[in-house]
Order: sequence, then C-alpha cells, then structure tokens
Amino acid sequence: MKIAVCVKQVPEGSRRIDAATKRLDRSGEGALNPYDAYAVEEALRLRDASGEGEVVVVSVGPASAADAIRKTLAMGADRAVLVSDDAAAGSDLVATSYVLANALERESSDLVVFGYQAADSDGAVLWAAVADRLRRPVVSQVAELRLESGRVRGKRQTEFGYDVIEAPLPAVVAVTDAINEPRYPSLKGIMGAKRKPQETLTLAELGIEAERAGEAGSRTVVLALNEPPSRGEARRIEDDGDAAARIVEFLLEKRLL
Amino acid sequence: MDFALSADQREIQALAREFAEAEIEPHAAAWDREHRFPRELYAKLADLGLMGVCVPEEYGGAGADFLSYILVLEELSRADAGVGVTVAVHTSAATLPILTFGTEEQKARFVPPLARGEHLGAFALTEPEAGSDAGALRTRAARDGDGWTISGAKQWITNGTYAGTFLLFARTDPDTPGARGVSAFLLDGEHVRVTRDEEKLGLNSSITNDIVVEGARVGRDRLLHEEGRGFRVAMATLDGGRIGIAAQALGIAQAAYDVARSYAKERHTFGKPIAEHQAIQYKLADMSTEIDAARLLVYRAAWLKQEGQPHTEEGAKAKLFASEMARRQTAEAIQILGGYGYTKEFPVERYYRDAKVTEIYEGTSEIQRLVIARSVLGLRQAERTLAQG
Repeated sequence: MKIAVCVKQVPEGSRRIDAATKRLDRSGEGALNPYDAYAVEEALRLRDASGEGEVVVVSVGPASAADAIRKTLAMGADRAVLVSDDAAAGSDLVATSYVLANALERESSDLVVFGYQAADSDGAVLWAAVADRLRRPVVSQVAELRLESGRVRGKRQTEFGYDVIEAPLPAVVAVTDAINEPRYPSLKGIMGAKRKPQETLTLAELGIEAERAGEAGSRTVVLALNEPPSRGEARRIEDDGDAAARIVEFLLEKRLL
Repeated sequence: MDFALSADQREIQALAREFAEAEIEPHAAAWDREHRFPRELYAKLADLGLMGVCVPEEYGGAGADFLSYILVLEELSRADAGVGVTVAVHTSAATLPILTFGTEEQKARFVPPLARGEHLGAFALTEPEAGSDAGALRTRAARDGDGWTISGAKQWITNGTYAGTFLLFARTDPDTPGARGVSAFLLDGEHVRVTRDEEKLGLNSSITNDIVVEGARVGRDRLLHEEGRGFRVAMATLDGGRIGIAAQALGIAQAAYDVARSYAKERHTFGKPIAEHQAIQYKLADMSTEIDAARLLVYRAAWLKQEGQPHTEEGAKAKLFASEMARRQTAEAIQILGGYGYTKEFPVERYYRDAKVTEIYEGTSEIQRLVIARSVLGLRQAERTLAQG
C-alpha cells in the first residue's frame, strides 16, 4: 500500500498580503498547514495498521517549505517530494492542481490524502481539482476512513446525519480535523527526519512547461484587495455588574428577543 | 559568531513548547493547588523521547545535544516549573553522571531504563547536616566482604517517591574526614525507604522527600567511579545540573513576562491600556532585557558543556543571574497585575513561589558567587565547599 499525502506550508501567525504583487507574504516563519497534520496522521495509521507500505509526502511551494515537510517526516512519513520552482510562484488553483497532479502521477500511489483545506487560502477545493486531473474518485469531508479489499470507505458528517461513501482504489480523500488526533513528532523522529529521502524537483524535471504553472498557467487574476468595511456604529458595553441586563435590554430594543 | 539555533534544536524546542502548552500548562494551576505529582505525564514525555533528550541513542536516548535538552527544560518550566525540576533532576543529576563516570556495564544496565523514562532518577547527596558543606556527610558505606553495607538518611530528595535509580553519596572511609572519604553509589528504589513528603512554598507538582537507607548490601558493580572519588562525581554533576536549573529559572521568568505583557495591553486605567503608561513600559522593558541576558548566559554555558569545554564559572554565572532575575521579575509581574497578580486567578503568584527556590537548590546564590569569585581570582576550589543538590 502506497499512500501519498499532499501538504502545504502556510505562514505562521497573522496573514499579510503584499500590496504590490497581491500575493500572500511568505517571507516570514512558516508552519505545516494544521489541517494537513490530520491527513499525515491518518496515512501513518493506515500504513501501520497494514504493517507494510509507504507514506510519501508531496508538496508544491518555496524552498522554505522543507521545514513543514520535515515535520511530517518527524511524525513518521517515509520520504518527501517538494516541487519548488520560481516559475511556479503565484500559481492559482488551476495551475497548482496541474503541478501537483503531475508530481502525484509520478508516484502512482494507491491513495492520495489531503487535509480538507489550507489555513492560508481557505480554498478547500484543491483535492477535487487534483482528483479530476488524475481521473480518480474523490471522497471529501471524511471523518472516519477504512480501507478494505481494494476499496476506500469514508464516513462524513452532514447536517442530517452521516454519509458513508465508498470508492475503488486508487482514490483521493480529503479528511477533516475530526478524523483523528495527530501525534507529536518524537525526538527520535526529529533527529531521524534529516536522514530520510527528500527530493526537490523543478517543473522541468516533472516535464511541466513553464507556461502551465505560476501566473502564466493561472486562470484567475486578483484585481483588487480592500480592507473589510468598518462595522459602522458599534455600542460597547462595559461591565459594571449589570452588563447582562443591559445586553438583554439592547436585544429587546432591536426586537431580537 | 552564530546565535541561531540549528534546525534540530528549533524543532525540538517547538515540540517541547507545543506539548507543554497543550498537555502541561492547562493543568499546572490544579497540580499546584492539589500538590499533585502528575505521574501519567512522564509516560507521555517518555514516549516523545523527552526523558532522555541528550542521552545517546545506543543507551535508549534521543541522541540530541545538551543545548536541545536545555531548550526542553526551559519550555517545560515555562508551563510548570515542577515538571521542569523533575525532568532536570532525572536527567542532569541521575542519568548523565552514569554516562560520564559509569563503566560500560553500568551504562548499559542503568541508563536505558532512565533514558526511556521507565522510571525516574534521583540524586541523594543532601543530609540534615550536609548541604552546601557536603564534606560533612554522614551516610555510611561500611566495607562488607566484596562490597558495602550502606546506612543513613538523606533529605530534600527530588523524585524520591517515584525514583527507580538513586545516585547516592556515602562515606566509605570513616577515617578520612571531609570530601575525600566519600563514594558514589547507584541504588535501586528497593534499597531506599521514603519517610516523608516535604511541604514546600512552590514546585508543588514535584515531589521532595526524606529517605533512609537501612543496611542496603551492594556490590562493586554499584560503585560509580572510583572508591573515595564520589566528591568528584558530585561536583561534576552539579556543574552541569546548574545549567538546567538556570534554564528552569529562565522558563519561569519567560512565563511571567508573557502574562504581564498581555495583561498590560488589555487592562485599562485612566482611559488607556496600562501598557501605555511609562511606569509599566519601563518594567516590561527591563523584564525583556534581563530575560534576554539570562538566556544568552544559559545558552552559552550549555554550548560550552556540549563542546566539552570548561563551564564551571559560566554555569555558575548563568545560574546566579537567571535565578535572581527570575525571583525579581516574577515579583514585577505580580506588581504589573496588581491585586489580580496576588490572587490565584492568575498564574504569576505561582511563578513567584516557584522562582524562589532556583536561588537555593543546585547551589545557593552565595555558593555560585564563591565559585565565580574563586574562578576569576584564580583561587583553588576549597574541597569542603560544595553546592548542595
């Protein structure tokens, strides 16, 4: 069983957008996208339960993304592939999914696991785009995952109960943060991470023409970025012991109670 | 000169911080109030490799460097200084001396269970009448055939109740007074009886005991280093142990600063946050400066030790400055929080109580000044003076 996990390095702390390029400022400290930790954890559990196989982490990003990747290796992933190329900077969903799908084709894994969204762009659709490019079935919002006899079965919570969705392997799944409790990397894992195979690939090495990636390969353009509008007149209630009563009064006045 | 941590050190620091914030800090106030030793926590720390950070892999440790271990102690102490001292004594005062002074057989036998956190280690030097003056120690190891029979009482033994390995100092030569007649032994939990739990001002999530050894019969395989050279073991252990306690003090001060800083930005008086009043700004500036200074002293001492360079003076300076700074600045944190700081609604009063002991154990501030003075003046270390554990 070979499992690929797609991960992303996201900026740590507050998000800042560069006004000139209209891109997210990635110059500061980065961290593993928190949702991806659940995907890595689930892949490790599947591998360990089956007693064999390999977990390979695949990412597209700047060279500094190696830090986030090392965390996944410290958690227990077997090896990592990072696609890093200046020509890939500024890729939108369409371009990123193309690059990622090419990297995944090269791995031809039985299962591809995603965290259901990235904490910086909040898109929550990349897994669908990649599955489409790979022509594989996709199960999303998975809160419980089982593998049996060449099929993947995902359970997801909906407004009305649970959906149980089954698909044949190879498949793509996107997991939620309800699926498990990601482990901490152990010290031995951290010390051993640098000895694990880590590959960095350029677009050319993946056989991707530069015009399919980066801004050239993107179909969306950011036209403008604006501050959120002010909330207008706000009333602040300081608590002098009667705040609750005054809030109730306010809600009544607005006919909200 | 390079002040940056290595990638491994940064990741180990991040792991310790993440773990401490999630698994220790939320419980610290309750453990303090209930005087509860969080036994289950040490199994989790062991799973992550945090009970043997700087122990080589071949002896069951994680194989990281000494500075990484110091970073871990700082982060653990920032969440709960009682956890910090438990791990510090376990590692610096019990595990590492076996690696330094043990025979191959002793290292292979005693270190892995400690490094894997299967049981805790303890350091048994102090006695009712022998603290900083360890040469006065009375616990007796009487010659008995091939080995010794050990009897005596020790006090202020951190981890005593839960320890499976004790590094215990006893007098093997009754005719040689002072330090030269003392030897170091490795005892098991079964050799020791715990007679009392100490009640303390702080560090209430750690355990401190009186213990007795009553005619424990041990062979040569439990003598650490040469007979009559136990004092050297104790000295070398405290040289390194001091750096761990300095890191503990640093972690406590950092925690106090974090709380004081965020409180100052939120609390309003006279129509603005108190952080905009100059009196509070000066306090925070001083806190931040002194914490930075302590951190540099502590990391330098740790770096010297891991490079195998002399670090007695530098370790003493780090311990002296960091501990006095922690006591001073935790008090300032209470001052910034005002009445709230004096209550148990906020953790700063706990930090203040926990900080005080760092000026006392692993060598009092007075002893650190003696060590530093002798070093800078080029005087010989007086044999009978020893910082107590």
